[in-house]
Amino acid sequence: MSMLRHVAAAIFVPVVATSVIAADADVRAPRLGTPLSPGEVEKWDRTIFADGRGLPPGKGTAKDGRVIYEQKCASCHGLHGEGGTAEELVSEPKPPSADNPSKAIGSYWPFAPTIFDFVRRSMPPAAAESLTADDTYALTAYLLAANGVIGEGDEMNAKTLAAVRMPNRDGFIWIDVKK
Amino acid sequence: MAGKLTEDDLIPVAGGGLLHRRLFLQGGLVLATAQTATSLGAEEAPKPETEDPADPSWIHRTGLPFSGYGTPSKYEKYVVRNTGGNRAPAGDGVSWTPLEDLEGIITPSGLHFERHHDGVPDIDPAVHRLVIHGLVRQPLEFTVANLLRYPMRSRFLFIECGGNSNAGWHEEPIQRPVGNFHGLVSCSEWTGVPLSILLDEAGVDAKASWVIAEGADAGLLNVSLPLAKLMDDAIVALYQNGERVRPENGYPLRLIVPGWEGITNVKWLRRLHVTDAPAMTRNETAKYTELQPSGKARMFTFVMDAKSLITSPSPGQKMHGANIYEIRGLAWSGRGKIAKVEVSADGGKSWGEAHLQEPVMAQCFTRFRSAWAWDGQAAVLKSRATDETGYVQPERDVLVKERGREGYFHYNAIVCWAIDEDGTISHVYA
Repeated sequence: MSMLRHVAAAIFVPVVATSVIAADADVRAPRLGTPLSPGEVEKWDRTIFADGRGLPPGKGTAKDGRVIYEQKCASCHGLHGEGGTAEELVSEPKPPSADNPSKAIGSYWPFAPTIFDFVRRSMPPAAAESLTADDTYALTAYLLAANGVIGEGDEMNAKTLAAVRMPNRDGFIWIDVKK
Repeated sequence: MAGKLTEDDLIPVAGGGLLHRRLFLQGGLVLATAQTATSLGAEEAPKPETEDPADPSWIHRTGLPFSGYGTPSKYEKYVVRNTGGNRAPAGDGVSWTPLEDLEGIITPSGLHFERHHDGVPDIDPAVHRLVIHGLVRQPLEFTVANLLRYPMRSRFLFIECGGNSNAGWHEEPIQRPVGNFHGLVSCSEWTGVPLSILLDEAGVDAKASWVIAEGADAGLLNVSLPLAKLMDDAIVALYQNGERVRPENGYPLRLIVPGWEGITNVKWLRRLHVTDAPAMTRNETAKYTELQPSGKARMFTFVMDAKSLITSPSPGQKMHGANIYEIRGLAWSGRGKIAKVEVSADGGKSWGEAHLQEPVMAQCFTRFRSAWAWDGQAAVLKSRATDETGYVQPERDVLVKERGREGYFHYNAIVCWAIDEDGTISHVYA
């Protein structure tokens, strides 16, 4: 079936006989991409944006997150996020300074949804994408609470996580691209 | 046809015994007498005491059989990538290109540096797909077999990790072979499909301005890239140095973004999300940003600025007494071609222009060479690159004054090697 589609697509490609070597701008290429339906795209799309677009349904609190953290994260990041074989995660909820140039979550990370996104796609390294959405919200809540950014009892979900304002939100200057 | 050397040719053009680059254009006389500082590995290799060089055993019998895929001589087995960084967890770390053991401008594919965040995935190309979706007329999925049928382009390009040379920010100069300090940079011929062709096929919406590229490693590493750069010169590479891209370099598909920091050259490319804003992923916010003395951090520092370094003589090698040496090194710039490399043998008091070996290509390694008459006294060697935009590689104190020492990434200051009277070579800040 996809073969038929390719043939059909090829018919509509204008054929130009030329001996001139084309620049990329007018290069003649086959059109071999297979169209994806919205449902198929959904299976692939794991992007979560800084404004919370892409966050899935689910919820969790720091209390639940602490249990998961101690089971799955503490062996590398330290019992309280102080760092170990992997980086430190916990610092004061204020931007970095010359005295305290910490790049942990509370002092450096500009957007809270990034925590959810990175944990979901990459952590723990030996079993990436093994955590449920609820577990990931709970872990995110635990890390934000441990950094003093949210309260211990605050529930994190797609709406509340997107609304969290990180202390270092305005701490970055774009260099090679305009904002 | 080499011109005859005269006494005038051996008059230094700069202090410390730096000779005119014209010597290289005049042929082999000086080169033939120059001694290369040798690697410790070579010096430690066993001496062939049982063979007569005039009549060695291998000229009398049939050699080894043909091989399906060649490997380096067993006598070169010390030329390897040195792995370093974090070994727990196992997939997070680096391996360095041994720059001091290599010549020319192309890095052998098996020695190309590695920076993985969660290991090297074992990808079946029959299963792998590249998906383009988001702000496009038609989301598309490409098989690897189909991509191989598209028009291709080759570029000779360096790829440099944004964290390369970061030991340069340390208070004390690190003492390591140059490859273990600056070797998160390598140079290859990359061949593949211009990404603009694939984006055009999907039909990019006028509102689109960013693309989020995602790899198929266990961490699903993703970065946000401006659409304009990808449309301009990015390549979906299928080949590296003539053969299919190696697994540790992104097999079967690697996004190549000429001149931009290594992490933007996403390995194991599987998804391009066309959109109107950066995702602000962990790797473009918490990492690969540079905290400045002001408390603000530089972000989206995509371009790798001009850098040069001397690969020979360099730390870990040894000088062989007063003689004429060839100073050899590499220079590159993410902004274009290298216009000039200057070399100093007196710690920067005076400079002489090095010979740039052809070809000199944009966003590619350029090999430079200078003749140097070492008198056996203490000396400090430096190299300084200027690219075609006029950007000049900064001295370390200038860079540190501007950026502080917490930035970690994008260290490109002038590199200094001190030569002692006994021929020992060490890294210094001078």
